[in-house]
Amino acid sequence: MDFEETPLPGIGIRREITIAAGRRVGVIIHRDGRSELMISRQGDLDATLASVPLTVEEAAALGGLLGGAQLVAQLTAEHRDMPGVNTEQFLIDVASPFSGRTLGDTRLRTLTGASVVAVVRAGDVIPSPRPDFVLQPSDLLIVVGTTAGLSAAAEILRPS
Amino acid sequence: MNSTTLSLIELGVVFLGLGILGHLASRVGLPPVPLYLLGGLGLGYSGILEFSGGTDFGEIASEIGVVLLLLMLGLEYTATELVTGLRRSWLAGVVDIVLNAAPGAVVALMLGWGPVGALVMAGVTYISSSGIIAKVLGDLGRLGNRETPVILSILVIEDLAMAVYLPVLVAVLAGASLLGGLQSVGIALLVLAIILVAALRFGHVVSRAIASPDRESFLLKLIGAALLVAGAASAMQVSAAVGAFLLGIAISGATARDAVRVLEPLRDVFAAIFFFVFGLTTDPRTIPPVLGVALLLAVVTAATKVATGWWAAGRQDIGMAGRARAGTALIARGEFSIVIAGLAVASGSVDQGLAALATTYVLLLAVTGPVAARVAEPVFLAMRSRFRAPVGAP
Repeated sequence: MDFEETPLPGIGIRREITIAAGRRVGVIIHRDGRSELMISRQGDLDATLASVPLTVEEAAALGGLLGGAQLVAQLTAEHRDMPGVNTEQFLIDVASPFSGRTLGDTRLRTLTGASVVAVVRAGDVIPSPRPDFVLQPSDLLIVVGTTAGLSAAAEILRPS
Repeated sequence: MNSTTLSLIELGVVFLGLGILGHLASRVGLPPVPLYLLGGLGLGYSGILEFSGGTDFGEIASEIGVVLLLLMLGLEYTATELVTGLRRSWLAGVVDIVLNAAPGAVVALMLGWGPVGALVMAGVTYISSSGIIAKVLGDLGRLGNRETPVILSILVIEDLAMAVYLPVLVAVLAGASLLGGLQSVGIALLVLAIILVAALRFGHVVSRAIASPDRESFLLKLIGAALLVAGAASAMQVSAAVGAFLLGIAISGATARDAVRVLEPLRDVFAAIFFFVFGLTTDPRTIPPVLGVALLLAVVTAATKVATGWWAAGRQDIGMAGRARAGTALIARGEFSIVIAGLAVASGSVDQGLAALATTYVLLLAVTGPVAARVAEPVFLAMRSRFRAPVGAP
């Protein structure tokens, strides 16, 4: 992976990686703290396909989403030796019945046997959250359990 | 109605008019500077507005506009950016100077404006508008492009070149004879060297003295320091504008970042007045005689900027389309060409046609620059596919 940092005089700084598929993906960090997600165009690598302005909170949330996927991949790899144990991530969105309530309110462990091993919030990973942990919209729950336990957890966390 | 009432009404009308013009400009994706100039020219021509109450206010406001424009130019890049830019792209900077200053100088000499006129016009055609270009790059979403750092580092070098050029220009404009000119150039360069060394060594002291957690007192301290330094520089024959520019370079770090934020709206107000007054004091009847020359100069120096960007981007292994984008992005001239022409006209030591030529020239390139940057890519791709089509056809 090719990591590159380019100063943009008068504007800020650009940090990017060149991914295996050949594209450049990165962020432009403006001097005033705003950031932009940037993806290079297919065909003309010098040019930008999209440049999406993000607020500080949005950038942190996006970082959390990407970091969450990485955490899940890591946990899955660790649980490979234990057949039947899986890891899944659940997003608490604004419409979620548990947004603003505590983790204990979900009664996830009691009802399903699955447990929340971490919460990814605004780019930070909070390991082993306690039952009094208050959930917020855009929190990402990393849940470990059996296949049956995880599908039961999905029923609770994503009621349709 | 007393004169204060009349002045208020006049100023209100002027600001409102400029605001509407600026709004129109942003609606069609153009920078506001050419419309401010046109507004001034138009009012001057129609004779509706004598700007009577404005003579005092207009004069001082446009002077403050220049001070703020150059203070912000000095603030735009950090010391590190200036040093890195110089080290990395000095060659592109030299190519930029040679290609773009020469046409202005040659035209001035051909018009019989002498070496002083040549020095002024060289500056007018050399300096790209960093304001317009940064805006266009942001608007077109090109900050992620690989050629963008190339464009920005050329602007950094131009910024540095101004630090040397402006004091020399002011000294030459002030000195009547060649010998006197040389002497004042010497003095100006000495003062510049002292201030630059002081800025680099004691910049943090200046920044700390001006910094303030409170936005209001910070703004007042900034304005106070800028006007004081500008006035002192003016008293030492270095020109108010140059003093403000050097103060801008001396302020660094977080203070500079905050300064840009609080000064921006104020700069916009006073700079608008400056462009308007410049248009107002330019006699529109002097434009038709120089129109042909201005057009020729615009075409030639647009081509030389494209060549500069094309070459500089090529050195960074950037593809053809990227080179076309880099070249066309650099075309726009604007605020600083007018500032240079304004300094020259105010000194009274250049031909009157110069104001008209500079105005027309900036009007042409401030409008075509952003348009060229926008259409460069589709036009380039269309041209390339047309050339390639017969080759690829079975």
